[in-house]
Amino acid sequence: MKVTVDQDKCCGAGTCVLLAPDVFDQRDEDGIVVLLDDSPSADLHEIVRETVSVCPGAAISVSE
Amino acid sequence: MSTPDHVLVVGASAAGLVASEALRRKGYQGRLTVLGAEPHLPYDRPPLSKQVLCGNWQPERARLRQPEMLSTLDAEFVLGDPAAGLDVAARTVHTVSGRELTADAIILATGLRPRTLAGQDGLSGVHVLRTLDDALALRKDLLSCSRVVVVGDGVLGAEITATVRGMGLAVTMAGPQPAPLTYQLGTLVASRLAALHAANGVELRLGSGVVGLSEQDGRVAGVLLETGEVLPADVVVVAFGAAPATEWLAGSGLLCDNGIVCDSRCRAAAGIYAAGDVARWHHETLDVLLRLENRTNATEQAVAVAANILGADQPYVPVPYFWTDQFDAKIHVHGTLPIGADVSVVEGEPEAGRFVAQYRHGGVVTGVLGWNMPKQARLRRQELVAA
Repeated sequence: MKVTVDQDKCCGAGTCVLLAPDVFDQRDEDGIVVLLDDSPSADLHEIVRETVSVCPGAAISVSE
Repeated sequence: MSTPDHVLVVGASAAGLVASEALRRKGYQGRLTVLGAEPHLPYDRPPLSKQVLCGNWQPERARLRQPEMLSTLDAEFVLGDPAAGLDVAARTVHTVSGRELTADAIILATGLRPRTLAGQDGLSGVHVLRTLDDALALRKDLLSCSRVVVVGDGVLGAEITATVRGMGLAVTMAGPQPAPLTYQLGTLVASRLAALHAANGVELRLGSGVVGLSEQDGRVAGVLLETGEVLPADVVVVAFGAAPATEWLAGSGLLCDNGIVCDSRCRAAAGIYAAGDVARWHHETLDVLLRLENRTNATEQAVAVAANILGADQPYVPVPYFWTDQFDAKIHVHGTLPIGADVSVVEGEPEAGRFVAQYRHGGVVTGVLGWNMPKQARLRRQELVAA
């Protein structure tokens, strides 16, 4: 799985961080998403797919 | 109930799309139909009042998913055909074009319809903003106008005002509150918002209700305030609230009272669920019937409904959250901000344009608000008793 984020679409809600804190973080200064791990391990795939679905800015995508 | 063979989702916006994705992610392999009133593939609404309206984004950028990703969902999208009626016992939806769609489980996610002013229908120059087509029509009118009035001092009205001003147009915001979003955010933050809009050149005419429109030759000419004053305008945006889109359910037997009334599982009747702006469900922790008009609720509730359709039998107990962007302010709110709450700044400096405020009511923290401090506000979610 390869994760990409679109920082221009990110609204800073932090939904992704609440779901998958090992994969996503937010910048301290403006809350924009920071990708910690663009190739998460298999046990995280399900939750990362959920972040793609529920991100309120539709800013996360994955290719598998 | 046992796993359904056919799930019908009525509504092809954020809640409907995410419910469909959640069903598949949780292993549902049966037939899936998504019925949408608009002709467009699922798109996102928050950018309509901002990036799409100002023209920074082409409409395609507001799509929720690319077409190839939608095709992996293995769902049939029936678009441009609004739902017209529901037979609850048979679980059949009738559409405007005459389709009949019967399913084992139905998710109602028809969203909202903007409220309008008496006399605005058919009057050129008057707009609402709910759909992509609304946004594009408003943008087109803005590009050749000289004086805009936004009727509405809530989240949507304030965002539209900020965007229109950012396009270099003269704009007035009208509404009954003393400052924008006073009822949603309290006086301390609302007064800062008023100052922000004023500093950016917005004319604020707040504290007086709007009673109607004046016209000349079939085009709007002004907005009438209850004080008798007329605000001249050649474009008016009416953004003073919306109502759940439930009129098509009249006579269905479902209880619709400020939304589709649901139990704690977001279930309105056997096999019939509701999600998103249209759903008014029993929040068990807060012990109230709640309806939330915000983007994250649409998706979180959709995920909860998908799980319950597949047998999870879990109550939906979210921490409410919304954000709004106006000029350089990004405001994030977690929890609830009751009118009359004690508000204190717990981080940052309001004068520096970055702070977190904590809202206390009845001796407990009910909400936190970040002003240009989204991460710091989010980190305080655990302080909320409803969490």
